[in-house]
Amino acid sequence: MNCTESRELLHAYVDGELDLVRALEVEKHLESCPACAAQVKSWRELRAVLQTGDLHFSAPPALRQDVRQFVREMNPGKARPTAGPVIWLWKFLALGATALALFVICLRPGGPAASDALLDEVLASHIRSLQAGHLTDVASTDQHTVKPWFDGRLDFAPEVKDFAAQGFPLVGGRLDYLDRRPVAALVYRRNKHLINVFIWPAETTIPEQTKTRRGYCILLRNAHDQHLCLVSDLNEAELDELAKLLQ
Amino acid sequence: MSRDAAEQFEQVVGPHLDAAYNLARWLAGNDHDAADIAQDACVRAFRFIGGHRGGDGRAWLLAIVRNTAVSWLKKNRPRAVVTLSPEALGEIEDPGGIPGTFLQADAAALRAALDALPLEFREALVLRELEGLAYKEIADITEVPVGTVMSRLARARRQLQLHFARKGGAS
Repeated sequence: MNCTESRELLHAYVDGELDLVRALEVEKHLESCPACAAQVKSWRELRAVLQTGDLHFSAPPALRQDVRQFVREMNPGKARPTAGPVIWLWKFLALGATALALFVICLRPGGPAASDALLDEVLASHIRSLQAGHLTDVASTDQHTVKPWFDGRLDFAPEVKDFAAQGFPLVGGRLDYLDRRPVAALVYRRNKHLINVFIWPAETTIPEQTKTRRGYCILLRNAHDQHLCLVSDLNEAELDELAKLLQ
Repeated sequence: MSRDAAEQFEQVVGPHLDAAYNLARWLAGNDHDAADIAQDACVRAFRFIGGHRGGDGRAWLLAIVRNTAVSWLKKNRPRAVVTLSPEALGEIEDPGGIPGTFLQADAAALRAALDALPLEFREALVLRELEGLAYKEIADITEVPVGTVMSRLARARRQLQLHFARKGGAS
């Protein structure tokens, strides 16, 4: 590793965002490069002064009170105070239909609109995993290596099986983030095609669906108490084959 | 709204009100606007609390705060949310050489230096250093790829380095 390569990585190194192999490479470089070592020291100092510099603002008591008051007023279980709600009602209206529609699309569970946004997110994650050189956090064809790796990283235990015999060898696993929650991403291969399988616990009902977007096939499936989402540039029939194996 | 929504709101949003205000304050630049933004964000959060399905309430709330703040800024201070041109970015490249120290920088100087950063650098740095969020969480909140978060953080730090080098805050 030379300085140009390492400069790019020093920030991720200082932020603890590098995988072990890369981190060791950077450390090795730092031992022999005083300039990069001084840079790391400088970034660490910056972090220290930012974190100890009393820069974090706390919510003013009035804000806390207003929010509490608002929740009380929105809660019919308790008595309504006489003044105040009008302002909040006005604020609600002022937010307008745009904000409302946007958030309903993004955040409401279930329904075709919500899963549409989800599919976009899945596709973006898939493409990112192929581009960023971050396909797997744990690269292994051994299901007994991949499954324990997820322990402690997720609040659920994804099923991990190698389907090499059926033509879908396991490539590895990765932690990903979908729908604002951490999910397991398993990576399989079919000939030259890579397949991301996202797995997360089913807390809401999402209808099963098959979609094609920008040349990628996306399958959303329910298995036991988990959602599976498969995405690949592989054809639908073969991808469905893997979905059935996983289900 | 059901009683459940109020309880859920208390659990999900309640503990993160400081984080919400902190982000709003760093984006808005003053107490008054920050309080307005944080309050609006809480109203939205309450409205959409049903959409929160477990996971980190802080990241969920901060995404709403950030959206609210950016909409507010676009409307009230459009110049604050200009996306930087590649030329402008080029000027903030690595200064090279042996870096100075930040140890002499006091709180007021740091505050001013952070406030002087372009919005997209400031939000990345605040979320990373003051909230301690991971790149992935910052990427979700600011709606950019992880690689962009990394380069924004790098540029934000370089810019602070240059700022203090120029001011003589770093020796």
